Amino acid sequence: MNHWIIAPVVLPALLAPLLAFVMRHDIVLARVASMTGAVLLAGIAIGLAMLEAGGGTQVYFLGDWPAPFGIVLVLDRLSAVMLLLTALLSLVVLWHAIATGWDNRGRHFHALFQFQLMGINGAFLTGDAFNLFVFFEVLLIASYGLMIHSGGRARMRAGLQYVVMNLAGSTLFLFALGTLYATTGTLNIADLAVAVREMSPDDVALVRVAAVLLLVVFAIKAALFPVQFWLPGTYANAPAPVAALFAIMTKVGAYSIIRIYTIVFGPDVAATQGVVTDWVMPAAVITVIAGAFGVLGAKKLMPMLAFSVVGSMGTLMLAVAAFTPYAMSTALYYLLHSTFSAAALFLLADLVVTQRGNDALTAQRPVAQNGLLAALFFAAAIGMTGMPPLSGFLGKLMVMDGVRDQSWMALAWAVILLGSLVTIVGFARAGSVIFWKSTAQAGGEGAMPSKATPLQIVPTMLALGLLAALSVFAGPVAGYLEETAAQLFDSSEYINAVLAPTKEGLK
Amino acid sequence: MEVLVASAIGVLTAGGVYMILRMRAFPVIIGVSLLSYAVNVFLFSTGRLAVDAPPIWQKYADVPYSDPLPQALVLTAIVISFGMTAVLVMIALGAYLEADHDRINIRDGEDDGDEPSEEKGQDA
Repeated sequence: MNHWIIAPVVLPALLAPLLAFVMRHDIVLARVASMTGAVLLAGIAIGLAMLEAGGGTQVYFLGDWPAPFGIVLVLDRLSAVMLLLTALLSLVVLWHAIATGWDNRGRHFHALFQFQLMGINGAFLTGDAFNLFVFFEVLLIASYGLMIHSGGRARMRAGLQYVVMNLAGSTLFLFALGTLYATTGTLNIADLAVAVREMSPDDVALVRVAAVLLLVVFAIKAALFPVQFWLPGTYANAPAPVAALFAIMTKVGAYSIIRIYTIVFGPDVAATQGVVTDWVMPAAVITVIAGAFGVLGAKKLMPMLAFSVVGSMGTLMLAVAAFTPYAMSTALYYLLHSTFSAAALFLLADLVVTQRGNDALTAQRPVAQNGLLAALFFAAAIGMTGMPPLSGFLGKLMVMDGVRDQSWMALAWAVILLGSLVTIVGFARAGSVIFWKSTAQAGGEGAMPSKATPLQIVPTMLALGLLAALSVFAGPVAGYLEETAAQLFDSSEYINAVLAPTKEGLK
Repeated sequence: MEVLVASAIGVLTAGGVYMILRMRAFPVIIGVSLLSYAVNVFLFSTGRLAVDAPPIWQKYADVPYSDPLPQALVLTAIVISFGMTAVLVMIALGAYLEADHDRINIRDGEDDGDEPSEEKGQDA
């Protein structure tokens, strides 16, 4: 039993109380500790990903209790990839928050940040459905604090909406878990997979209800239509580094759908046959359209970026809806890409907003570093909208290839291509208004805002660099992800890894 | 027994949904609490309803016992929903004090008033 598997949960869980209670009066100490924690986490995540690249599914039995009775953490390729993604994203975001001083505009930023990481890592690692709920709550309660970090009228009100929406979602999650437990008698994911496959046809109706309820819960997190309405208000009003970190939150929802619907309600389960394709595909199509129109119609920069996140989630879920191993691997590639491109855009938007004073999409006094920020915006927009040469282009191409065999291929292609076109128009409009039309404005009154220091720009560049790396190393990454998807669809390996030791013990 | 529990869950859920749809801070808090009560009772009943049966398996006698796992789940759910309600109350209070009203719905144009000066300068 490899004890490093639990490290991504334990490390932030230990660090966060220290940050909250010991280092709360010393921001320098807190910054150093938080950054050290993030670097260590990245190291652990890289180590786990390398470990996982060689071997099969690894299981960590908490307290050494045998599987369906105790709680297990499961590390497979998907978990390893998501952990690595979270760790890299948190490094970039944390650097930005420290360099721009966002962490000092309210209290307990670093403690909440670490709790958030703990919740996200736990959700990616857990092999127990109820434990997934608990980690969801951990990451949500930390995100409530981060969302209203540094306060303000608009932010508090948007935060209240966000909290109410997610509390209702959590209640629904519990209803789904209750239904699942009542019909199968277990909540361990591997054991659930066995129970669902052995279920008599008389009981499948309730399991189907539970499966659809769970889908709704995860769709709320993943911002799928018709439950995506919370996202634009939340992301647009959250502090920019927090919005960049939240780029991974929607992916937690996508991850949960992928995990539960491949391992537990896989394609071979008669009870839930077609649930994902029937429900997710239309929702994803409308989500892409809603995101594209939102980008075009937004009057401010931050809501526009938030809508582009909605659109990218729609594209991602279209690939998931195809529900084949290859389409799933393209979905995972697009997931990596959209996380970093959303983060890069939000971090960059923070620099722009700081230099302009607001995020309204109107011609105003130009920002201090017009050329540099415009170039960065251009690059980030290329990434988000899916133009070559960045990974967005490859990602969308792969998603389209992934859904090619489906009967709804024409619809998916049309929606993705037209959605991309509308998004490109929206981004082009925003970029030209902010960076070009502004240069025609008179210098304006008052001193020029101070320029961003190199330290403040590096995180944005890092995020863009990761996008570039994703496109340069697209071959190896796609290869790893294809093996990940193959592992997901072969649920017997997961089930064996978790339950076989118990069976051997009972003999 | 079954009818009582089922209708209790139904009434609590219906009340909770109705209160949440009022879209004002206080009714929403009450609504979320009602919903969490409903889900707690629901979770409790997922281990089958058994009256007068301890959640302990008696090895030496054939006495009825009830499923202990839902009771543990309910305990977790109660603690979490209690904490979440506390957070909700604090955030609702903060939003009320900032905005001077307790409507949860943000109408278009309403949040256009807080331009740069509002956004900055609240580094408390």
